[in-house]
Amino acid sequence: MRTKKSIFFKIITERIPEFLLGISGSLTSLIILLIIVFLFREGFGLFSNPSVEKGYVLCVHASNPVEKLNPDQIKQLFDSEITDWKTVDGDDLPVMLFRFDEIFSLYSDEELGENYSLLPQKLGEVIAENPNIIAFLPEQYVPRTAEWVKILPSEQIRVADFFTGKDWLPTATPSSLYGVLPLIAGTLLVSIFAILIALPLGLGAAVYLSELANERTRKILKPMTELLAGIPSVVYGFFGLAVLAPLIQKTLNLPTGETAFTGSVILAVMALPTIITIAEDAMRNTPRAMREASLALGGTQWQTIYKVVIPYASSGITAAAVLGTGRAIGETMAVLMVTGNAAVIPHSLFEPVRTIPAAIAAELGEAPAGGAHYQSLFLLGCILFVITMLVSVSAEIISKQKYKEAV
Amino acid sequence: MIETQNINFYYGDFQALKNISMKMDANTVTAFIGPSGCGKSTFLRLFNRMNDLIENTRLTGTCLLNKENIYHKSIQVDELRKKVGMVFQKPNPFPKSVFENVAYGLRVNNMGNKSYIAQRVEESLKAAALWDEVKDKLKKSAFELSGGQQQRLCIARALAVSPSVLLMDEPASALDPISTSKIEELIHLLKQKYTIVIVTHNMQQAARVSDKTGFFMLGELIEFNDTKKIFLNPEKEQTQNYITGRFG
Repeated sequence: MRTKKSIFFKIITERIPEFLLGISGSLTSLIILLIIVFLFREGFGLFSNPSVEKGYVLCVHASNPVEKLNPDQIKQLFDSEITDWKTVDGDDLPVMLFRFDEIFSLYSDEELGENYSLLPQKLGEVIAENPNIIAFLPEQYVPRTAEWVKILPSEQIRVADFFTGKDWLPTATPSSLYGVLPLIAGTLLVSIFAILIALPLGLGAAVYLSELANERTRKILKPMTELLAGIPSVVYGFFGLAVLAPLIQKTLNLPTGETAFTGSVILAVMALPTIITIAEDAMRNTPRAMREASLALGGTQWQTIYKVVIPYASSGITAAAVLGTGRAIGETMAVLMVTGNAAVIPHSLFEPVRTIPAAIAAELGEAPAGGAHYQSLFLLGCILFVITMLVSVSAEIISKQKYKEAV
Repeated sequence: MIETQNINFYYGDFQALKNISMKMDANTVTAFIGPSGCGKSTFLRLFNRMNDLIENTRLTGTCLLNKENIYHKSIQVDELRKKVGMVFQKPNPFPKSVFENVAYGLRVNNMGNKSYIAQRVEESLKAAALWDEVKDKLKKSAFELSGGQQQRLCIARALAVSPSVLLMDEPASALDPISTSKIEELIHLLKQKYTIVIVTHNMQQAARVSDKTGFFMLGELIEFNDTKKIFLNPEKEQTQNYITGRFG
């Protein structure tokens, strides 16, 4: 009887918690996995979209030798940057742009018939009359039966265009441009400079706090830096926008203060508490025996810090750097507010840029769900994910190698 | 060689050492024995000023090394520690290679060039009776050695900077009997070149390795004499009680 009771008790106190912990662990991993799968599935759905806006087609005169146009050419044609068919391997004729709306200025509603039943026919006539025309028309009104009309085949968005494109114009019509380079460049520029600012400052502060400051100073400074981590990023962004951007604009005499540099500074300030706290903890965890061994051999305090404490804490310091970098790369709100949000490849630190997280945050609201733009934002998310993963993996490798060298 | 006069030492309000005066001769092994918390380690750590690292401590009295007051303002602590090497209770090699561990003291003190360092490392490892065991794994991490080897590595590390005094704070307390006997043999060898002060819990060890023994209790030096005398015919009753195991 007694043993039965104790077995029952054991099941209650040990097996059930074990089971629950197992479930929560596997559930968490599963959810993370599903999110990643969802992210990539949505993102790569982009490449099954046509490069011309969904539901629309481009038509040219049948005599036009041009068989197909890529998104970049379409954009340039409709922006009147290409004005001659010769540029896109056509005849030597000036380009005539025809947008669907223009039909209503050529024909009255009566002429187009009841429920616009005559609309396709009229469109066909317009195209037939102009051998140099390119018309951007809704699929339902395309004059499919008319003579002299050639419908340009719609290509799918190409992977290469996405990763090597220099223009991010997801809302351009008729053909959106999804070139991710400016966003990647913006993200890397802002984050790398943020880390270049934050890492030396943060490690310096960590060394000071852990090795040099006396107990009282540390008791004041440590909670203060931790408090810094608790400030919401939108407040940092607001501060950057209201104080830092005008200051940078004035002192450097720039056309705008909202630059990559401003973003870097704000990000550096935001990453500092993470770097300081983690690096300081790692250094303080260096066993007293290690420090004493170094000092007992005649090492000075500085030699002990950089030959024993820092190597011993190197994995913690790497973790600090990685988490700081992760924060810098993934940070959205503050960067969105202070970097000026121009999706162009920056040529200097003092130009507006747009980062990947800022692009996602700013554009998701205006992108119709399930559309190409929407999916392209998911793909941006995938890229961000890959970048952060690369950062942590390379940091891991570097720290391992460093350890080997130190050994 | 080492001489202390009226040493009093305080951790905050607590007096850890009470009016201790003693002399330790060159090329002898002096052992400190006594129950836990009696102040013997604190006393040992005075000789290389390791207690300076602990905040809120106070010292009165003088501590002379070769007739020089090591607590005088003109003394450079890192120079002093070069002359007074220390081996700690637990093996504490750096997370570096075997070679780099021994070379550390030479490097931080800018002693000699590459070839001199290599030569010193070999000499020190030989002096610590470790060379034959590690000569093929000098590039390996010191953590790959056994506990006893690590402790001998720490001894080699201390010897590399050519100290004249070697302080050992319970050097064998974390080791197995075989490693312990190796350390003890080593102490016998090292005695010829160094002045050794060893703190130990193990009375047999004190009896085996030391020439002179000091018995500490509650911060006081109860008795200090030749080891033989202490163990065979102590003057004080407290010493007698302790070594016969009636308390401790």
